[in-house]
Amino acid sequence: MTAQPSDPLIEPLLRRLTPQVLGIVVRRFRDFAAAEDAVQEASLAAATQWPLDGLPQNPRAWLTQVAFRRMTDHIRSESARRHRESQAALEMDQLTAAVDAARESDQDDTLILLFMCCHPALTPASAIALTLRAVGGLTTAEIAHAFLVPESTMAQRISRAKQSIKDSGIRFQLPTTEERAQRLRAVLHVLYLIFNEGYTTSAGPDLRRADLSHEAVRLTRIVHQLQPDDTEVAGLLALMLLTDARRQARTNDQGELIPLSQQDRSLWDRQQIAQGAAVLSAALPQGAVGPYQLQAAIAAVHDEAARAEDTDWPQILALYDLLKRMSDNPMVRLNHAIATAMVHGATKGLELLEALEDDVRVAEHHRLDATRAHLQELAGNLEAAVRHYRAAAAKTANLPERNYLLAQAARLSSKLRLSNVQE
Amino acid sequence: MKYILLMSGTKAGVDTYVAWSKKDIDAHMTVLKCLNKELTESGEFVGTEGLARPDQAIVVRGQKAGMPITDGIFPEAKEFLLGYWIVDVKTRERAYEIASRISIAPGPGGVPTNMPIEVRQIVSLSAKS
Amino acid sequence: MKYILMMNGTKAHFSEYAKWSKKDMEANVAFMRAFSKQLKDEGVYVATEGLGWPDQAKLVRADKDGTPITDGVFPESKEFLAGYWIVDVESPEQAYKIAARASAAPGPGGASSNVPIEVRQVLGSHSDLGL
Repeated sequence: MTAQPSDPLIEPLLRRLTPQVLGIVVRRFRDFAAAEDAVQEASLAAATQWPLDGLPQNPRAWLTQVAFRRMTDHIRSESARRHRESQAALEMDQLTAAVDAARESDQDDTLILLFMCCHPALTPASAIALTLRAVGGLTTAEIAHAFLVPESTMAQRISRAKQSIKDSGIRFQLPTTEERAQRLRAVLHVLYLIFNEGYTTSAGPDLRRADLSHEAVRLTRIVHQLQPDDTEVAGLLALMLLTDARRQARTNDQGELIPLSQQDRSLWDRQQIAQGAAVLSAALPQGAVGPYQLQAAIAAVHDEAARAEDTDWPQILALYDLLKRMSDNPMVRLNHAIATAMVHGATKGLELLEALEDDVRVAEHHRLDATRAHLQELAGNLEAAVRHYRAAAAKTANLPERNYLLAQAARLSSKLRLSNVQE
Repeated sequence: MKYILLMSGTKAGVDTYVAWSKKDIDAHMTVLKCLNKELTESGEFVGTEGLARPDQAIVVRGQKAGMPITDGIFPEAKEFLLGYWIVDVKTRERAYEIASRISIAPGPGGVPTNMPIEVRQIVSLSAKS
Repeated sequence: MKYILMMNGTKAHFSEYAKWSKKDMEANVAFMRAFSKQLKDEGVYVATEGLGWPDQAKLVRADKDGTPITDGVFPESKEFLAGYWIVDVESPEQAYKIAARASAAPGPGGASSNVPIEVRQVLGSHSDLGL
């Protein structure tokens, strides 16, 4: 059982320092996997000792020193198998180096770490786990809990991810200029996945998982600070802020999903909306508009409507038109169909959905049925809507979503019964 | 002792369930949530899972040239597992009692569903996971 | 994405298994243990359980006042859950591949038992982006 810091100042401090210390240790010892273990151990030691002894004068140097000592132990046990060395000299040398290293320039290796942890060679699940550990500073137990797997499984996943990095010979340095764009996209994608993992969790007993969204925001903010000129980074940050702002309204106290059109907008975080809008406004004029900025712009249009009926759907449709051209994602086309329906009527929207039936990626997906159901309801075809809501409910693996879809089917079904009775 | 409490159904049964009114679905879920809460407080709750419908199910049998051989056919009348609870209890009778609580959860119009719940003891081979 | 991999059998199947040689049974158990360990090493393991034999199985219904009524009679054709694994993987195809490995558990004489493994997705509260 990992020790939890009792002082609320310690945890965020540790999280902030973890990637910094990891950068220092990797630079010195050139072994990412072992360095990550060493830093993790130092972090756990801090979590246990600092609440008792108080914060050290230089927390970063403290962590670095402990991590260096662990690395030395690691090397010692490695080298004992290979050849003899003066161990005392080695230790002294490394400890002095640790203090020096911690005093060195504030060179932030966080970006390099992010590039490493989100390397396209890793599977998404591995990249997510490793990023949360090495850059986010979360403990293995915390990550395991967030993803509902046993701690040992998550430890193994992280271990294997580190091994992949070792095996692929990825260097601890920034990607070349040619690779930079693609590698940054990979980083943003991982952060986006982490955000969604936290955001789509229902509230209630799984409140801890909401922390994942905030962690994603925090890490994206760091990337934004380090790459202030990259407009897609800004776009992703804005998208997260503008989406997360609605979190309180998204579920009721029973954990049921409430769609955008019915949310209590007084529960939206206006400050966060303003923040997101500001980040977006700064990025858009720079010209390199990409998918994240467009999605953020769409979120901003929703967020600026005081009531659902005030939503500027024509603008949203225009944005989805642009987004559709930019990215061939079927989910975009589903949302485009909804926006079309809101502007040109449900029948037009349904026509667009018919075209999607041939897309194997989405034909069997519950979102297609759910979208169809929604538009059929708008069109007044209640029976068809009920059928599609039920079909969608059968296909989704997300419990809150399933309950929501069943509830819609039930609502319309009783409407039908009433109208039949009235005839 | 750990027991698994299995809830099964047929496609027809599930089709009926998804047609319940919202009020009836809510009432049913509330009773089950309450039960889970009680079992958590008593320390008897180990876990519960719901499974996706078998339209989503595949049966895999062996490999050919390294690839799984799959078959996605599920007969209409076949019973399939909807979900389960795992409880850690002192006696077999207590497991039956808990199963009975699941069975008595209300259905349409508040009438207990009276679903049969299969109770099996868990005899894990693995070292404590 | 979490998947459950289920091994089922009729009472007849279980009776057949009971007739295996000690050596064959031990090989099967050893396979199961090793398989679970592999899943743990691969970072996909969530859970596994083996269930007691169907002669102990009971169907429980509630009486009007909530008293459990137990019944031990099942149709001959009924398939009983023998055991399962739950894995956390990135795609259904990955789950099927793991199921195929489970299906290769050794039977009498050490040959692959080729037992059918039912694969179902486990419902959860996590994101279901799909794409």
